[in-house]
Amino acid sequence: MELIKIEKMTKHYPIGGGKFTALRDINLEFEEGEFTGIVGPSGSGKTTLLNIIGSLDSQSEGNVVVMGNHIRNLSSKNAAKLRSQHIGFIFQTYNLLPVYTVFENVEFPLLLLGMSSDKRKQAVLDALKWVGLSDKVKSRPAQLSGGECQRVAIARAIVKKPDIVLADEPTANLDAENSHHILKTMETLNKKLGTTFIFSTHDAKVISYLKRKITLLDGKVFNDEIINGG
Amino acid sequence: MIFKLAYKNIIGAGLRTWLNIFILSLSYFAIIALQGFFVGWQDDASREMKNWYIAGGQYWQESYDPYDPYTLEDSHGPIPEELQKLISKGEAISILISPATIYPEGRMRNIVLKGIDPKQDLIELPTKYLTDPNGEINCIIGSGFADNMNIKEGDFIVLRWRDKNGVYDARDIKVAHIFFTTVISVENNQIWIALDALQEMLNLPGEATIIPVKDELYKMEFSGWQHKDLAFLLLDLTNLIKTKTIGSSIMYVLLLFLAVLAIFDTQILSIFHRRKEMGTLMALGMTRSKIIQMFTLEGVLHAVLAILMGAVYGIPLLNHFQKVGMQLGANAKEWGLSGLDDALYPVYGWKLVLGTVILVLVTITIVSFLPTRKIAKLKPTDALRGKMTK
Repeated sequence: MELIKIEKMTKHYPIGGGKFTALRDINLEFEEGEFTGIVGPSGSGKTTLLNIIGSLDSQSEGNVVVMGNHIRNLSSKNAAKLRSQHIGFIFQTYNLLPVYTVFENVEFPLLLLGMSSDKRKQAVLDALKWVGLSDKVKSRPAQLSGGECQRVAIARAIVKKPDIVLADEPTANLDAENSHHILKTMETLNKKLGTTFIFSTHDAKVISYLKRKITLLDGKVFNDEIINGG
Repeated sequence: MIFKLAYKNIIGAGLRTWLNIFILSLSYFAIIALQGFFVGWQDDASREMKNWYIAGGQYWQESYDPYDPYTLEDSHGPIPEELQKLISKGEAISILISPATIYPEGRMRNIVLKGIDPKQDLIELPTKYLTDPNGEINCIIGSGFADNMNIKEGDFIVLRWRDKNGVYDARDIKVAHIFFTTVISVENNQIWIALDALQEMLNLPGEATIIPVKDELYKMEFSGWQHKDLAFLLLDLTNLIKTKTIGSSIMYVLLLFLAVLAIFDTQILSIFHRRKEMGTLMALGMTRSKIIQMFTLEGVLHAVLAILMGAVYGIPLLNHFQKVGMQLGANAKEWGLSGLDDALYPVYGWKLVLGTVILVLVTITIVSFLPTRKIAKLKPTDALRGKMTK
């Protein structure tokens, strides 16, 4: 099933009196269960593309449809609803809420969904088990290593079993060992839960795990290929 | 959910939160305490003035003006029959007032000479000392005036007066008692003697200047006399306290401003420092309105926690002040403010406490909300980058 459809999408940013084109004429489709990387050098538009797919931003021209929702037509409230129900985010800098414990950080998306306390607790414990942090339930982000923080962020992204997980440079701040651990975790979850993972990365380690690699260059799709037997 | 998040956020902020809450609780406490002292002063002063001089209202001879010494000599008249009946029943007293001069320690001092029935018990003035078995004219004076004139009990002072025919006369009178009161209007430059003695000295038998009555509701009209109710008789005091209250409201505003500034500053800093957090919350699916609610609630929670903290140390302290009063020092009476003794006893009503709590809560809510309006314009992508959308 077609999860995301992007047609002739262009994104401009106003700069001074003119405009800067971050993405131009993008045509892409993503299916359920993909494990896809968007690669390219800094400034190629990877993060902008993820932000638009994640309804954090909208395109200037063209169509972007995510799970039947036209991103450009979404109100701020409906965009929030789409993110809350169907999309999980993983950030380069983890973006954990510092005053909350690991459990509370992972629980947060479920609170927004209004899930009951019992179901929440079970879902959070399951998610922490998937990422191997069952023993850190009561820790706070400041007490964790970078790799552990990113695993909490993954647990937070997948706890609600979203259809799409968007990960913006998830291994950029991690060493090789932690990067592989994180990627292994995401690969397992992709297989186990059937969740679509879309990464932005320019890390060679990540590329070895991808099933599909989309290369962006100067805001345009330079290459879109199936790799690693995907 | 919003409440839980807001609570976690402010508790998680640690020392900064507790400092803000402490400052805010101090404001609550100081505003309530100060207002309580003013209410207490007003209550005390009004009660004392009624007990010592005003009673339940007064009849004034129509030309009597306490602020005009030149008309004082002519401000007297026969007591109306109806009032005489009240006087006989002990429900009113007649007071005759005349200007006079005393010569303590060889100096001359103009005073107001007041004649009152020694047997009266309508007001607290210790008039029983005015009767003298040896035929002397006894007088009583207030302690402040006595200190000022260096007069002691048992002293004789030379009194000079002018009778109704304009004839001057003089004699020694004995200081039988020096009384203490916080009511300046019964002691300031005043000498009290027995009414019949003064009537005889002035050659004004059966006449009076003012007639305090027991019952506030007694308001009959008599020719040549004007009824003055409590509102009129306490007007000077009410105005004085009002003036002091207005002056002190600058203090309230400053205290409130301090509290509000602390919260406003916290909110601005929060919104500035927590942009990335806001971006994360948006990415996780939280709407802008919920984020605004959460930040506003965080501010309001400071005020609510400050009520609790203020109650912990404020209630025992306010109770303590209510019991022992605030010591003003031995010479507080010399400040010239009616009702001020050496201690001031505050009065805290529910209206005062609730009013202050509501005032601070509403102000803090507004101040907490104002900076959060910026969030309404915030783009998630800018917030995630730690930027503020212009």
